[in-house]
Amino acid sequence: MFTKILVANRGEIAIRVIRACKELGIRTVAICSEIDRDALHVLFADERVVVGPADNALSYRNILNIVSAAAVTGAEAIHPGYGFLAENARFAEICESCGIKFIGPHHTTIAKMGDKATAKAIMAAGGVPVIPGSEGLLPDDEDQVAKIAEQVGYPLMVKASAGGGGRGMRVVLSAEQLLDAVNAARKEAAAAFGNDGVYVERYFPDARHVEVQVIADHHGNVVHLGERDCSVQRRNQKLIEESPSPALPKATRARMTEAAVTAARTVGYRNAGTVEFLLAPNKSFYFIEMNTRIQVEHPVTEMVTGLDLIREQIRIAAGERLSFAQRDVHFRGHAIECRINAEDPKTFMPSPGIIAWYHPPGGPGVRVDSAAYTNYAVPPQYDSMIAKVIVHADTRDEAIARMTRALEEIVLDGIKTSVPLHLEIMEDPVFRRGKYTTRYLEDFLARKRGREARSERRPRKPAKRPRARSAGKGD
Amino acid sequence: MDLKQIKDLIAYLEGTAFAEVEVEQGEVRVRVVRQARPQAAPAPASSAAQSVPAQAAEAAQGATSYEVRIPEAPEAGRVIASPIVGTFYRAPAPDKPPYVEIGALVKKGQVVCIVEAMKLMNEIESEFEGRVAAVLVTDGDPVEFGQPLMRIEP
Repeated sequence: MFTKILVANRGEIAIRVIRACKELGIRTVAICSEIDRDALHVLFADERVVVGPADNALSYRNILNIVSAAAVTGAEAIHPGYGFLAENARFAEICESCGIKFIGPHHTTIAKMGDKATAKAIMAAGGVPVIPGSEGLLPDDEDQVAKIAEQVGYPLMVKASAGGGGRGMRVVLSAEQLLDAVNAARKEAAAAFGNDGVYVERYFPDARHVEVQVIADHHGNVVHLGERDCSVQRRNQKLIEESPSPALPKATRARMTEAAVTAARTVGYRNAGTVEFLLAPNKSFYFIEMNTRIQVEHPVTEMVTGLDLIREQIRIAAGERLSFAQRDVHFRGHAIECRINAEDPKTFMPSPGIIAWYHPPGGPGVRVDSAAYTNYAVPPQYDSMIAKVIVHADTRDEAIARMTRALEEIVLDGIKTSVPLHLEIMEDPVFRRGKYTTRYLEDFLARKRGREARSERRPRKPAKRPRARSAGKGD
Repeated sequence: MDLKQIKDLIAYLEGTAFAEVEVEQGEVRVRVVRQARPQAAPAPASSAAQSVPAQAAEAAQGATSYEVRIPEAPEAGRVIASPIVGTFYRAPAPDKPPYVEIGALVKKGQVVCIVEAMKLMNEIESEFEGRVAAVLVTDGDPVEFGQPLMRIEP
């Protein structure tokens, strides 16, 4: 086992990794930018190395300085968290060549899965269901592009091969829109990723985003840890995740989790990873991509399985066997996670600033992963997510009630947060019925705007106001 | 910089979401830091008496308090900071003399030390012309990004 690990991240995930290390008796090295010296992950770690200025390209993504920091502090392994360098194959390769264990899959696996078109081709060859689409990248010839699109069928989606985060993506409803969309996606992809390769896929407007957590050791053991439903998204950014999915029949769940294990075996996957599927209304499902890292929403899986995924990641990287087999994994109850962002709940504009008073919720079945503290200044340079509130209960209804209670308890004075939005979603009948798709949030906001417009047109009739919340809800 | 300008700075900060503002004019640097509203933090009653009385009084009135910190004039000379993370060495090799001794005159662009990273010896050049007033790191110690290595007096 390692004696010292460098955590190449900041915020709540850095703290999450430090917590796992402490429980394993491993010393920790935090890295930080010049503006993060007072960040909580720095205060919790045994050692600290400033690796660059505020700009994350020069600090949290500065491969040379981070590997140097591991070298000068004598760290034997690096945990990349999520984001930053977590899916950077070159970083993983440099770690390996410097004799530092990268806590994650092999760099060749990261590279293969990082290229969406390659990943899809590998999965199709391995027998994992993939979304019908072009085989590989679209050619330059416009007639051929049109022919391929016809075979795939409309509506379809143009996607950047190097893409992510919704950039380089275009929905095409009919043949007339095709070439414009392809060209626009190419331009966007070239600008965003320096690679204008695009492909087309059938588009499923009423689909859900359901993903399966897998974990594999270096001894041939691959285990799935059930699914997470992440359909509540805004512009491909997840807001709420839950497990189990309210939309997955037992038989479909069995097939999907089996497909995820097949996917992991097909690429010789090691460590923790996530296989993302699109779940169509007719319950057929298709591989979207594989995330070769720990994910933001991993606590949802930890709550329903009782496992510590970060601890397993570290043990696996150290060469140990998985501490459980598939038959040892038992799913209990229902878990929901709400991502709390420092942003205006109406306009979604970032709201950095000082958290004048921070109070996390507590009590039975509530977990908060956060790097916030009273008087902490949320910097404008980094991700706006400041806390994850995760609840666990026996049933979904009880979990929703518990989440509402937890969100009413949280205090994040001084900045605007997405807490009020989450509270409204928890009360929304569509969400409560579990009948949501990836278009849910868009519809929810449209319905809300509609209600507000109607109540404005009839000013004399007193509008039904949502009941007042306790103090400190961000507004 | 006079009191009026500092007051203006405080007034400016009050109207923004910024936590602090720092202004430099020649040798004088003023940093105005917004204190979080003390009444929000649940402080035990016993320690309240020990806290700064002025702040406590303002807190009682529900006012927002500010602290104006005017740092002392920085030590004479300018500082060479490490541009990378690595290990600091004063000499090109263990058996060689240091690049510079304290009191030595250095030119702009002259190599003054090494920061080793990934087996690469990165020669650090002085950005200033002057005399080496202090070496701020022990030979062989790890250094962070931005860590002061040497002070050069004009």
